[in-house]
Amino acid sequence: MANTMTLISSVTVGSGGASSIDFTSIPSTYTDLVLKVTARGTQAAIAADCYLKYNASGSGFSDRAIVGNGGTASSFSDTGAQMYWFSIPCASSTASTFGNAELYVPNYAGSNNKSSSSDAVTENNSSATGSAYAHLYAGLWANSAAINQITLTNSGGNFAQFSTAYLYGVKNA
Amino acid sequence: MPNPTRIEIDCSTGIESIIELTDAEVTQMEAERVAAEARKAEEDAKSAALADLKASAKAKLIAGKPLTAEEADTLVL
Repeated sequence: MANTMTLISSVTVGSGGASSIDFTSIPSTYTDLVLKVTARGTQAAIAADCYLKYNASGSGFSDRAIVGNGGTASSFSDTGAQMYWFSIPCASSTASTFGNAELYVPNYAGSNNKSSSSDAVTENNSSATGSAYAHLYAGLWANSAAINQITLTNSGGNFAQFSTAYLYGVKNA
Repeated sequence: MPNPTRIEIDCSTGIESIIELTDAEVTQMEAERVAAEARKAEEDAKSAALADLKASAKAKLIAGKPLTAEEADTLVL
């Protein structure tokens, strides 16, 4: 059972924004990884997608999610070149609101396929359908390589200033 | 006008770099934006259709009317 958690690295987006956040050279000395993200998009939309990929790979990703959007709950699945992770509010959402998510990646340095789980919410002061989301998410990267790089991408826009990402390593001893 | 930038953090050194996107990366970002918008519209349409089916099923149950198979699927797993 994992019982220690150490900050590996963190970033706060500056005033210029950033289209993606890339953690590289992740050490393989931990048992699991935890990634905590608070993000907002700059594009003219209510919400956008935050995507995730490992090791700059463009294949082997899939995910399943249960999503509540203010109106009803439904489920989705995706496969492709990256994983759809969670929704972030953008310029048309309530000012200064952010999407918040935590991702857990067990056995990230092992030689089996890499699973992950996550819960996330999108802040927005509106009850209209499609204006805010809650996600429960399960992800898979069908690849035996140790994860040494994690890339977060805003789908077609920049992450806004004060968006943050914290990467932690978890050890079982 | 300069291209957008990305942030890269080297976890072995802690060094953070801000790197301008290439033109090809900007083009790719625009393509991903279009795809993401389509994906989100599809999600929202699917959720709205499910909500409509549930509302219709509830109204028919209250009124004692028969449900369609699609409406019943929203109530029975």
